[in-house]
Amino acid sequence: MAMLEIRNLDVHYGAIHALKGVSLSVEAGQIVTLIGGNGAGKTTTLRAISGLLRPTSGEILFEGQPIHGRPPHELVRLGLAHSPEGRGVFANLTVDENLDLGAYTRSDKAGIAADRDRALRLFPRLRERLQQAAGTLSGGEQQMLAMARALLARPRLLLLDEPSLGLAPQVVRTIFDIIREINAAGTTILLVEQNAHMALRVAHHGYVLEVGRIVMSERASVLAASDDVRKAYLGGH
Amino acid sequence: MTKLLQTLFDGVAVGSLYALIALGYTMVYGILQFSNFAHSDIFMTGAWIAYVVSAAAGWAVIGGDTPPLYSGLVALLASMAFCGLLGFGIERLAYRPLRKAPRLNVLITAIGISLFLENIGQRKELFGTQPQKMPQLLPDTTLFTVADVNFRIVDLTVIAVALVLMGVLQWLVFRTRLGRAMRAVSYNIPVASLMGINVDRVISITFVIGSTLAAAAGFLYVMKYPGALKQPADSTWILLGLKCFVAAVIGGIGNVRGAMLGGVLIGLMEMFGAAYLSPHMRDIYVFSLLIIVLLVRPAGLLGKATVEKV
Repeated sequence: MAMLEIRNLDVHYGAIHALKGVSLSVEAGQIVTLIGGNGAGKTTTLRAISGLLRPTSGEILFEGQPIHGRPPHELVRLGLAHSPEGRGVFANLTVDENLDLGAYTRSDKAGIAADRDRALRLFPRLRERLQQAAGTLSGGEQQMLAMARALLARPRLLLLDEPSLGLAPQVVRTIFDIIREINAAGTTILLVEQNAHMALRVAHHGYVLEVGRIVMSERASVLAASDDVRKAYLGGH
Repeated sequence: MTKLLQTLFDGVAVGSLYALIALGYTMVYGILQFSNFAHSDIFMTGAWIAYVVSAAAGWAVIGGDTPPLYSGLVALLASMAFCGLLGFGIERLAYRPLRKAPRLNVLITAIGISLFLENIGQRKELFGTQPQKMPQLLPDTTLFTVADVNFRIVDLTVIAVALVLMGVLQWLVFRTRLGRAMRAVSYNIPVASLMGINVDRVISITFVIGSTLAAAAGFLYVMKYPGALKQPADSTWILLGLKCFVAAVIGGIGNVRGAMLGGVLIGLMEMFGAAYLSPHMRDIYVFSLLIIVLLVRPAGLLGKATVEKV
């Protein structure tokens, strides 16, 4: 049984048919990436999984349990965290308060302290800025905060939406190294990226999404070597 | 000198009342971005519940015995409890179904709720149409006099209760887990829900808190001005609500500390204008202050201009 199983998912925004029968699965312990162009439905897929969007039809099973149609705040308690598109840090709150909110559903003080320490070791820049308003952080730091905050929910499955968006190449490399580290420590990751090159380098498995449909599903190394993918998403020839 | 101090004291007393009401406007605006115009009917109801409780307890008999010392506390708690429930009910039944509707729909609904409460309040089973006068539940005496300034028990109570409630709110919003959740919801509802926050519950609690504070303010208002109880649909209530809304805007709507500041500023403005310029134009001072603040700092004194980082 896969950790996350999506079957024939359809999502509509009003008259727009955003996802057309998407099926995918994420095995426990893996990094699975969903790549594709603008408007392909990558973010929509993540939003449907975490409960921000209600699918019109189809099924989403998390560890065998159907979760479609359940509100996001319940899914966090089941072990699913979502670091959203645009990072979504609470700019008016301090870095410290943002991290506290990441652990909102938990009450095990010792466990939270340990996870907070672990997150701050992964992202040492945040430790220096704990009392600063999150809105004053640079884009890269905000991305780090969004990821650290999601980790504080101690998720078994982490949904990451475009962690590289708008960041300098140097910072992107750091972020991807950390994604690999998070996964090595036991967290399963579903990664949505436009930067297919980086995503396929860290992922075990990849799906290619085109205008609401999955068009390819392969091992990440196979996708990275595929001519179609190189032409469409890797800027190769 | 005496006049100056007396005016200052009066201004702070009435200003802290305004602040309590302004908090309700600002908290709801901060979370749902709409002006809850039914708020003025909540504190009207609060004042009237205090009256109804007093009448039922036999404290409102003209020329009767002096009400016992605890009467004020009983009336205050009763109106806070009632209005807390009322606020909860209004949000649950009227606003929650409109969570995804355009803001204008919610605004119009708020006006509808306001008219509904005013009119239902006039039914004879409830408050009736007969103007009433609030009984003196607190002793109408001067506690002490400093430099010829009279510190009346009523005014001191108003300030003390308002300060305690604002202190509790300040602690709640900035120091507790619930407060963090409220600030997260007011910044970004979808992301707050991704943190595991039950957004609907936080919004309910916000309405309950805002309505409870408004009830306290309504009670304190008629303690200070017993003749102001009048009728449920009297324009006093609407004007008071409007002034406190102005207080919230002056402080920076959505900002809790701003509402407190705006309330006290308006109280001072009104009292100083009445004492030193003309007592007939006290409302004009308030709204002039609004115009000036909006011209100089459109986001309010403590409000931040909204710039989003992309």
